[in-house]
Amino acid sequence: MNTFQRTLEIRTSPHIKNDIRVDVIMRNVVFALLPVAAFAIYAFGFTALVLLTVSTLSCVLSEHLLCIATGRKSTIGDWSAAITGLLYGLTLPPGLPLWMVAGGGFIAIALGKFMFGGLGNNMFNPALVGRAVLQAAFPVAMTTWAPAFAPDRFGAILGSSLTFPFATPVFQAITSATPLGAMKFDHQMTGSFDLAMGLVGGSTGETSSLLILLGGAYLASRKMLNWRIPISIFAAVAIFSGIFHLINPTQYPSPIFMLFSGGLMLGAVFMATDMVASPMTTLGIIIYGSLIGVLVVIIRIWGGLPEGVMYAILFGNACSPLIDRVIQPTVYGTRKQRQAS
Amino acid sequence: MLTTSLKMKTFPHGVHPPERKEETSGKAIHRFPFAPVMIIHLSQHTGAPSRPIVREGQEVVRGQKIAEAEGFVSVPMHAPASGIIKKIGLAPSTLGKMIPAIYLQPFPASGQEVIEGTPCDVETATPDEIIKAIQDAGIVGLGGAAFPTHVKLKIPEGKWVDSLIINGIECEPYLTTDHRVMLEQIDDIYMGIRYTMKATGAKRAIIGIESNKPDAVEALRKTIPPDLPVTVEVFKVKYPQGAEKMLIKGLLNREVPSGGLPVDVHVVVSNVATTAEIGRLLPHGRGIQERVVTITGPGVEKKGNYLIPIGTPLRYALEQVGLRDNVSRVFLGGPMMGQALASLDIPINKGTSGVVVFTENEDARIPEKIYPCIRCAYCVDACPIFLNPSRLGILAKNEQYDLMAEEFHLFDCFECGACSYVCPSNIPLVQYFRIAKAIVRERKAAS
Repeated sequence: MNTFQRTLEIRTSPHIKNDIRVDVIMRNVVFALLPVAAFAIYAFGFTALVLLTVSTLSCVLSEHLLCIATGRKSTIGDWSAAITGLLYGLTLPPGLPLWMVAGGGFIAIALGKFMFGGLGNNMFNPALVGRAVLQAAFPVAMTTWAPAFAPDRFGAILGSSLTFPFATPVFQAITSATPLGAMKFDHQMTGSFDLAMGLVGGSTGETSSLLILLGGAYLASRKMLNWRIPISIFAAVAIFSGIFHLINPTQYPSPIFMLFSGGLMLGAVFMATDMVASPMTTLGIIIYGSLIGVLVVIIRIWGGLPEGVMYAILFGNACSPLIDRVIQPTVYGTRKQRQAS
Repeated sequence: MLTTSLKMKTFPHGVHPPERKEETSGKAIHRFPFAPVMIIHLSQHTGAPSRPIVREGQEVVRGQKIAEAEGFVSVPMHAPASGIIKKIGLAPSTLGKMIPAIYLQPFPASGQEVIEGTPCDVETATPDEIIKAIQDAGIVGLGGAAFPTHVKLKIPEGKWVDSLIINGIECEPYLTTDHRVMLEQIDDIYMGIRYTMKATGAKRAIIGIESNKPDAVEALRKTIPPDLPVTVEVFKVKYPQGAEKMLIKGLLNREVPSGGLPVDVHVVVSNVATTAEIGRLLPHGRGIQERVVTITGPGVEKKGNYLIPIGTPLRYALEQVGLRDNVSRVFLGGPMMGQALASLDIPINKGTSGVVVFTENEDARIPEKIYPCIRCAYCVDACPIFLNPSRLGILAKNEQYDLMAEEFHLFDCFECGACSYVCPSNIPLVQYFRIAKAIVRERKAAS
């Protein structure tokens, strides 16, 4: 019996392992984002397709080259750079000059991720780091919104996209206001149906709340996204803005409008849920989500900017190590002892 | 369906590994022949090794005591077959060390009859007499821990017990030993419960079974003796539901204090096969000479539940069931906490609840690449003790072992392996914790 002459392998238990790996999680996040990206291309045309391609490629290439330059094995196989690139692209205004897109993509990876030590060590969601830098450097370009569903959107790319690096981009005469901008500066409200379906202006991928929620629900069902994060953000936004709406419905927008406008859906479902930059315990996550939700409402209502999701999430990211330090799970069998003593 | 799942008991956290019990759960317990030579380890239990009371060349009969307990935390050994003591010397242990053992060569004609000793009558015996009888029978925890049962049932001065929990959870994948015992040894189980309740002073007994064994639940519920305060409770299928602490939490919502024992929350937990053994042996004053072992896994030809004499060499046992060609790993116990073996020349012991054989196909599923921790918190949500394995893992990597023990409850970890099982980065968390514990213990001993 040759079986009994075999070399036996020794490992320590557990001898079995479930099938979910880091690259599987990351790949599924990309899949969940694809419908959102497809809708963005449908709404903003060829321009959005080029922008998302450039944003994704710039992030993946940056990570690959940075790894090689520092003498490490390339880590693009874990798909996390692809998520960053796609997400980052979806937060940008369509028509943003492509050289800014590429530059921001490099910054997202280099400053937001690589400098901290790569995957797992980033303090902030890298996509938002890239976007924040662009927002600070190019405030006009970052708040100029091309209209959705322009008739010739599949025929040509927007002129502003092809601006030569460091030249002042020339935007088309017709730009659209985002619902939040209209609310803040013109006191105009957009209908909730248009908001939910994404029939409005805004960043490339933030407009279709429905598809974002579907992608989030898919990930949550596979436990690749902690549903408590978006839910606690939504709850905080709804309750906090609802209180003001009840006090003065003409001055303050309704909670429905708050939930479905701007980058809240995309931010709450795909950005705030970055596993690396969010807390680990359930209580910690609820605190983190509520903090982000409250900050979004504060910035939107009282801040100088029409939109506050990005800064609110970055602030939440900054707080999560502190939250994790303070909120630790209560270890089994230690509760009673405390009562007794 | 919904109502039953709502009624089911469980603990918070835990994981759901594939159960893989269907291949053996329907197979009745099948008796093994005697091996040509048997090896009886003198320390197959927690505590002091037993002291041999036979000499080489002596003839013994099946059930005869061949080694005496050495102190209270120790148990005697009984001859698993009638035969000749060939040798008293060293034999390999599961951990690879050489440890003292008795080699027994059974007579070709050795039968199944067992000699009887002094019966212990459940009606007339005092608790201390029952505890003495359990020790004399050589009974240890058959669930795998192999802790002497009489020590566990001896309630310390000043403490009391209100509930006896009979552990029929069997949450390890593949294993079906307890399942078969609950179907085939029902009378022994109830008899064992009588002895155990009397020994501990428990006022009631609760049998806990996972919902994947509905036939066992039904069989036991149907046969509860009318005079016995026993209930059968169904638990959600979840690992590690069978751990004492998880069982107590799920059933009574009590938490055993950190560093304490179940008796601190007035509970004694006893494995169902151990209980059946008490009920089977004590009325006849016999000693334990065989146990039920599930031999299964993709590498085994004739998977099943076998009644195997203690001391049967594993190699002989595996020859009986047949192995496939591409065997790569053999371990004792289930795949979550089982002990991988470097050699097949070890015997089946009292604590051997299962033998699982894996092939190269299963090895291919073990990932090699370790990613950085992405703080996904899967481990935090898996840990039944509510530790933070992610944080502990980072500390272990930085060799901050003392900090792990002092501030992050390292020694509350009972090494169930749920964290390593779920980690998407393949970080060997529980493996780190074992090393950390060993180093902290060593440092403490040195200082």
